[in-house]
Amino acid sequence: MPAHDVLIIGAGLAGQRAALAAAREGASVAIMSKVHPVRSHSVAAAGGINAAISVDDDWHSHAYDTVKGSDFLGDQDAIEVMCSEAPAEVLHLEHIGVTFHRNGKGEMDLRAFGGASMKRTAYVADITGQALLHVLYEQLMKHHETVERYEEWFTTSLLQDEQGDCCGVIARDVRSGRMEAFTAKNVILACGGAGQVYKPTTNGLIVTGDGIAMAYRAGAPLMDMEMVQYHPTCLVETGILITEGARGEGAHLLNSNGERFMEKSAPNKMELASRDVVSRAEQIEIDEGRGVGPGGRGIHLDVTVVPRKRTLEALREIVNLGKDFAGVDITREPITIRPGQHYIMGGVKTDVDGQTPIDGLYAAGEVACVSVHGGNRLGANSLLDTLIFGRRSGEHAAARAASMPMPAIDANAQLRRDAEAIDAIIARPREGRRVSEIKNELGELMNEYAAVFRDEQGLQTARETIARLKEETRNAWIDDRGTVFNQDVLGAIELGYMIDCAETTVLGAIERKESRGAQFRTDHPERNDEQWLKHIDITLSGDGPQVSYSPVTITQWEPEERKY
Amino acid sequence: MAETTPTTAAAPRTATPEQFKLRMRRYDPESGDAPYWDEHTIELEPHRSVLEAILQARDRFDGSIGIRCSCRQAICGSCGVRVNGEPALACHTHLDAALKSSADGVIEIEPMGNMPVIKDLIVDMDAVHWTKIRRVTPWLIAKQPVPEREYIVPRESMIDVTQTMACIQCGACVSDCLAMEVDPGFIGPAALAKSYRFVGDPRDDQQFERLNDLAQDPEGIFDCTHCFKCVQACPKDVNPMGQIMRLRRIAIDDHQIVDQNNGERHEAAITGLVRNYGLLHEAELIPRSYGGNSWFAKFTPAAGKELLSSLPVIVRGLLRGKLNPRIAIFGHKIPSDDLKAVQAIYDKVESRDRSSGQRYELNLYIVGEDEQ
Repeated sequence: MPAHDVLIIGAGLAGQRAALAAAREGASVAIMSKVHPVRSHSVAAAGGINAAISVDDDWHSHAYDTVKGSDFLGDQDAIEVMCSEAPAEVLHLEHIGVTFHRNGKGEMDLRAFGGASMKRTAYVADITGQALLHVLYEQLMKHHETVERYEEWFTTSLLQDEQGDCCGVIARDVRSGRMEAFTAKNVILACGGAGQVYKPTTNGLIVTGDGIAMAYRAGAPLMDMEMVQYHPTCLVETGILITEGARGEGAHLLNSNGERFMEKSAPNKMELASRDVVSRAEQIEIDEGRGVGPGGRGIHLDVTVVPRKRTLEALREIVNLGKDFAGVDITREPITIRPGQHYIMGGVKTDVDGQTPIDGLYAAGEVACVSVHGGNRLGANSLLDTLIFGRRSGEHAAARAASMPMPAIDANAQLRRDAEAIDAIIARPREGRRVSEIKNELGELMNEYAAVFRDEQGLQTARETIARLKEETRNAWIDDRGTVFNQDVLGAIELGYMIDCAETTVLGAIERKESRGAQFRTDHPERNDEQWLKHIDITLSGDGPQVSYSPVTITQWEPEERKY
Repeated sequence: MAETTPTTAAAPRTATPEQFKLRMRRYDPESGDAPYWDEHTIELEPHRSVLEAILQARDRFDGSIGIRCSCRQAICGSCGVRVNGEPALACHTHLDAALKSSADGVIEIEPMGNMPVIKDLIVDMDAVHWTKIRRVTPWLIAKQPVPEREYIVPRESMIDVTQTMACIQCGACVSDCLAMEVDPGFIGPAALAKSYRFVGDPRDDQQFERLNDLAQDPEGIFDCTHCFKCVQACPKDVNPMGQIMRLRRIAIDDHQIVDQNNGERHEAAITGLVRNYGLLHEAELIPRSYGGNSWFAKFTPAAGKELLSSLPVIVRGLLRGKLNPRIAIFGHKIPSDDLKAVQAIYDKVESRDRSSGQRYELNLYIVGEDEQ
């Protein structure tokens, strides 16, 4: 049975950063991912990474913008950690090879981004996530002797000892179908969010909430799951993301009358208000009949106001996306977009070192909720979050590993149980529904009732429907009977993970009877600090999900009215 | 379009679903059976992608269809396949375009080439692609001392290496590399483009060492046959062959690396012959590549040895009519005005290289287009 000091599940930015940090501290490290690391969804992050590296900037300003962006639900101690450590982290990335865009003096250039009081977003054209991810993977290749890689291994469950401490995982080699137990002193979950719970979403097909659900099933609390970010600029049909960098470079949002409607809700920041504000403003235009395109379901994003050369240089990827996926030359005409599910602020509850309440279990990146994003994440803060808390988790886990023996655990029973569960899915009779049908219904349901605007009735409908889908999932059938690359059976397991994420998202949204950040309740349209300036934690117990609350940490910034 | 015109939804794309037939190459390694073809009819709007079509077939008809995929927007690099025989990302190929390029009205989808197939459309990238990537020391060897803040480097150089940074490691170029088909050991287009990402990076400390390594390796930069297949295949405009040519330029011009494979001499022979004759003079090529860039090269032992060993190839070429003996031996004759025009191009390029210090083919990722 393979044994490691630190075993990381997920190989996007958070996971790779955690692996490199833990290895640097001298731990024996392995990183496991259901896909090849460079396929991880961090690759799709476009616009950039925030850090107060400019001499005119101050991390306190970055922190305040983040607190305000979070609608005061973010924990300010965690936000201080993230923002104060950001400059050193970004410079470290530069030193290991990231090809950050330069200004005329050869220094790193910075671009404007939503919700930020000054230009503080470092970038590589509009492929920043890809550039970061590939550079970290270069480092993993460089450090192949100290970081073992399990590429294309699917994790089925977490191992726990009698005290409930996490001490490894059960996983399946996708390529061979072989099941194996891995012992670890510490497991770091870094396997991303749960975007596929929604349809459409900007997230890749692999983003199915695996880590969130595994931690939840192991007894870890999930926090603020109702906070789901809709990105203001997604292609109408496919949900493909058009980077906020476009608005950062000066692009306008226009309704069917050609009006820059952001004047109404954010007269100062206009298109560069925080994402929740912009998405709501767009949805109002669409709902009130001022949308554009087929069925008036969209809004125009007008990039033609950005100088063409600058667009070609700094927004190259979306020039191609426009051409290839919408048939539009964005340098010549507006492109039709709408809000689309993009990110979840909630996740597995952790402290600033990535520790969950379960000993030996860490979480970092989108899977985690530290919380630095609170009710709404600022653009270009997610890459930062993955790297800062990935690194801190790796370092902390390595230090913890140094002071403890390798857990001695007999994993055979659980290994057998997981293997049998997979065999049982494969053997299901073709009664009931296909996995793909349930997944589609779930996605459309969530996009209908747990979207930009929510209310009690819709959320209750969602809750009841999810309960039915959960039942149906137990008997959902698949076609593939094989062991080699049986993606079909993994899809069935992923659907189970997604159902858990959807259930807790809706539960949180029902619970929070106010409007804050991404959660807007039309039946409770005001923010209510007196009652709801607190986190909602959901824990799985024998009777199902249990709701509890935890306080928001406030250090220097008292809640105030949020205006852009 | 400087001012905003009222936008009455300029003619929405016609978006009616149509039926498309897919023919997929299937392979089940556990069945003991050979690969086979599998057909499905799907229904989607013509501008939707081949990947969406495959996923619809998988969702509706057969969940066992194997394909790696995730982002659906040509950035994760998972869904490299062959569509109608040409390498492509499935998510980046429109159904209408795929239909047009199909031989018989059925869109044909196969796994990529030059890599072993694991199952259906899934190939073993690690055995080929990633092994080659690891061959080129694929990480920055940073110049010392590391500055306190960022390295100060020219803006253009960062944009320039961003072209190779934009490679998503999909393997499309590897799939159809002709040189790799003949010599599986060839480091290949993706890995060599990756190495340009460091060679062209002013922060890297090992430019000479990297280039010398890739030039001296018989399966390195001089093993590329300049066929353009990778340029055509790349969905991200990385232009791998162009990067290989730039590696050669920097190796030869900046570092005067003379490689043991005669790559540098071969190139000098070709350019010299074209300058003198206006077209390639085939019979002179091997002697000059191995014996030095002059008419007397053919009398050196190295050239004689190479000529002798190439004799079977030359004879085959003659027999199949690929070579015209008279032209091969006496060279092409082109009108003297044309020859002068050819030589004028040489003069212009070479003088520009010398005077500006900027190479003619230095091909920035973003060409500065005129402001509107």
